[in-house]
Amino acid sequence: MTYIAKPKFHHPGLPKNELGFTHRDYEGKVSTLCAGCGHDSITGAIIEACFQLSIEPHRVAKISGIGCSSKTPDYFLGNSHGFNTVHGRMPSVLTGANLANRDLIYLGVSGDGDSASIGFGQFAHSIRRGVNMTYIVENNGVYGLTKGQFSATADRGSKSKRGVVNSDSSIDLAAIALQLGASFVARSFSGDKTQLVPLIEAAIRHRGAAFIDVISPCVAFNNHTGSTKSFDYVREHNEAVNRLDVITSRAPIQIEYKPGSVQMVEQHDGTTLALRKLDADYDVHDRLAAQGFLAKHTAKGQVVTGLLYVDPEAEDLHAHLNTVNTPLNSLGTEQLCPGSAALDKINASLR
Amino acid sequence: MPANPISSVNDFVIRFANVNGSGSASANELFARSILRMGIPVSPRNIFPSNIQGLPTWYEVRVTEAGYLGARGGVDMMVAMNPQTWDKDIASIEPGGYLFYDSTKPMPASKFREDITVLGVPLTAITNSTYTDPRQRQLFKNIIYLGALSAMLDMDAKAIEALIGEQYKGKEKLLSSNVHALHLGRDWALSNLKVPIGLRVQKADKVGDRIFVEGNSAAALGAVYGGATVCAWYPITPSSSLAEAFTNHCKRLRHDAETKKAKYAIVQGEDELASIGIVVGAGWNGARAFTTTSGPGVSLMTEFIGLSYFAEIPAVIFNVQRAGPSTGMPTRTQQCDLISCAYASHGDTKHVLLFPEDPAEGFEMAAQCFDLAERLQTMIFLMLDLDIGMNHRLCRPFKWDESKAYDRGKVMTAEMLDDGRDFGRYLDVDGDGIPFRTYPGTHPTKGSFFTRGTSRDRYARYTEEGPAYQDNMQRLLRKFETAKDMVPRPLQANAAKQTKYGVIYYGSTSPAMDEAIGMLEAHGHQLDRLRIRAFPFHSSVASFIANHDFVYVVEQNRDAQLRSMIVNENDIDPIRLVPILHYDGTPITARFIAKAIGDHQDQLKVTPLRKVVS
Ligand SMILES: Cc1ncc(C[n+]2csc(CCOP(=O)(O)OP(=O)(O)O)c2C)c(N)n1
Ligand code: SF4
Ligand SMILES: [Mg+2]
Repeated sequence: MTYIAKPKFHHPGLPKNELGFTHRDYEGKVSTLCAGCGHDSITGAIIEACFQLSIEPHRVAKISGIGCSSKTPDYFLGNSHGFNTVHGRMPSVLTGANLANRDLIYLGVSGDGDSASIGFGQFAHSIRRGVNMTYIVENNGVYGLTKGQFSATADRGSKSKRGVVNSDSSIDLAAIALQLGASFVARSFSGDKTQLVPLIEAAIRHRGAAFIDVISPCVAFNNHTGSTKSFDYVREHNEAVNRLDVITSRAPIQIEYKPGSVQMVEQHDGTTLALRKLDADYDVHDRLAAQGFLAKHTAKGQVVTGLLYVDPEAEDLHAHLNTVNTPLNSLGTEQLCPGSAALDKINASLR
Repeated sequence: MPANPISSVNDFVIRFANVNGSGSASANELFARSILRMGIPVSPRNIFPSNIQGLPTWYEVRVTEAGYLGARGGVDMMVAMNPQTWDKDIASIEPGGYLFYDSTKPMPASKFREDITVLGVPLTAITNSTYTDPRQRQLFKNIIYLGALSAMLDMDAKAIEALIGEQYKGKEKLLSSNVHALHLGRDWALSNLKVPIGLRVQKADKVGDRIFVEGNSAAALGAVYGGATVCAWYPITPSSSLAEAFTNHCKRLRHDAETKKAKYAIVQGEDELASIGIVVGAGWNGARAFTTTSGPGVSLMTEFIGLSYFAEIPAVIFNVQRAGPSTGMPTRTQQCDLISCAYASHGDTKHVLLFPEDPAEGFEMAAQCFDLAERLQTMIFLMLDLDIGMNHRLCRPFKWDESKAYDRGKVMTAEMLDDGRDFGRYLDVDGDGIPFRTYPGTHPTKGSFFTRGTSRDRYARYTEEGPAYQDNMQRLLRKFETAKDMVPRPLQANAAKQTKYGVIYYGSTSPAMDEAIGMLEAHGHQLDRLRIRAFPFHSSVASFIANHDFVYVVEQNRDAQLRSMIVNENDIDPIRLVPILHYDGTPITARFIAKAIGDHQDQLKVTPLRKVVS
């Protein structure tokens, strides 16, 4: 954990994005998490993704539940509004916020306890509704903030730091998100920035419920032998289905890994996802196949990462509700109040 | 035949005992409306137990030229259409009352009572000889009994026909067949029974321009007028019809004229936690949002209610109260959630409650909730109940002040931030305890903050320092003080003669209280009245109590919840507040209030007052 205050000074040589912002403009407060916590790497990836996408930082609303993971929105996008809500209820608050103003970008940050245990219901229903959001679970298999109890994503048979063996079967949030109809489902690893950053970019670009399960080792309570969410375990068992680039109008991102076959996926907003397929059989448009693929590899003890499924034609909740294009929060008395003439008619109908 | 059959014009109670789903509801409502059209006020009530086999339902109409809209108690005439509840129904008729039943099948004499007038009409026989289609038989049987009833009560057939005409406008066939059925019953009664009976309806002019509407529908309309754009809810009796009414009102009133798109969003949440979460999220983001629920839902929402209080997020809950608990009496009315709402959640919390007395006030207060929520940046409860919410009530027409724009409260805009205004999310700039807020997305570099419950200073910077916590808690108290002068004031009505006694009441108790005052005065008891319309209490509540030796507090709950709140908030000696409590799940009646207060007053006369006080 670093306690040194970040210098405010912006080096003139810092790289700038299309809007002229530097990385600094996407940073937040200094993290108070444990040094080496996977969550901080995800924070870094979010900053990088927003920088790359040239998002206006203040047009993002960051919403989280409670947990170490849910604290992180304070550590990125310092010029955005953030809301540290209640445990497990980020999805409903995000849904309401999204209904109030469809023009902002909604970033939901949650933990595995927050989303798979106490908030399992809200996780499921926000995805079912197709809320336009990027929903990131920083998944460490434990309750970090309350000091290391198992969460519902802890694998059966995995051992806690205190030596307790988990006898409950685990929830695979990505598999469930697929089943629930999420129109974008991905998994990644906090330690794999090359994979994670473009996934976050693509999720932000996606219109609909975009879910990313990010394995994020807790160095304090879940990075020992016997844990299946440790850095070493995930590195050894990682099965990446694809690599992803997001091509915006600006220069494409540098590709630094070996190219395989490339599949282009058009997003709603005109950006293109370039999928570098590592697994020749993997089709990101086939929900059923993705479910099978996941199940097969989970049985083999492998953690499948990459973009598992995307429906580029997805519709979001606003489309389902047929709401006006103007954000609801900016409608005033004139647009909302039917007035006294209408009321007189209503009165007459009630006599 | 009874010795003294009840004889009364425009003042009686008639109860229909029906089987749920038999189509009786619309015929019964038609009955009530016809009487209104004849210029006589009525007060109908649905009585529908939630879990008795065969689903019996009752519909009670109090015909009251004097305009007493509270429940009266007792039944002068029973329209017994449900064999399952027969015995109980017969037993509930007042001595000298009337029984109207389907006499197609002969009934043993033991099934009747000596002291009532029995009016048998072979409804099934008449229906079956006229109609062959089972559905028609079912529906027209109801209209036939309405026709027979109109003859018994000497009602104007024209008034009923006019209403049928309005209902089936443009559907000539349905219209004429309904009118035909009406006359089938009416003519049978006219030629076979000694009608009219002792209970009669006579044309009057006592309705005026009043409207006839359910409280839930009125409150939903208030939400439309009050600018609510987000509604998230989870079905629960007796509040579901409020969300459904909001949906219907929005469909008619809230679609963009050109694009036809919705200027609202309604989500049926997966539970009450999600519903209130959606409301809080929308409120945080600057939309006017509300949920509808009842007691069990409020229980589930309490964590979020606290978040709304501490994080200062505008939010509105319409609580249509019912008797508790979840597996309790969902179809019975009570005022039983005052304490659970006023102090809902953890930590030190207090919330604003509004108590509408009827649909008209439900409409106004529902709209007002949204101004209050945004002005005070907190949770506002509209405390309806089943009696107001799910029954048609005669009330003054809805009114809207065109000149009034919504009060969006203290919102700092990008311009204000650019002008160099000091923005502290939790900074009290003018002593009213209410800070400025910014909507997310306002300004590229100014005005953003990270929203937390507490653990932050006036500028929303993270801190767990004790003094910062206390500073914030004190400001929240100042804000609550500010609320006292913003919420609807109590309304006082003084007795004709000066008196040492007062009575406090609220919400749906109103009509019964108004009626009870007359009864008490007739017995020489003079009482000043104070109708409380909101919590926190305005200073006039304490002065009203100070100005009287004893004050009765009339409530529809067991634990005298409002009384506890008055004692708690104003440090008042509890002995001065005499609880008058009605909590069996039926609406409170004037008879009950007058008896309870009258008995206490009579006792006071026995014990000199000074002794009791000292
Ligand atoms: C209603 C409620 N119950 C319990 C808690 C205590 N609590 C705080 S964080 C947490 C678990 C967080 O786990 P996770 O979401 O996995 O986040 P992590 O700290 O692991 O990132 C719990 C149980 C709470 N804040 N609220
Ligand atoms: S306890 Fe675990 S999850 Fe929490 S900050 Fe430390 S390493 Fe991260
Ligand atoms: Mg965790």
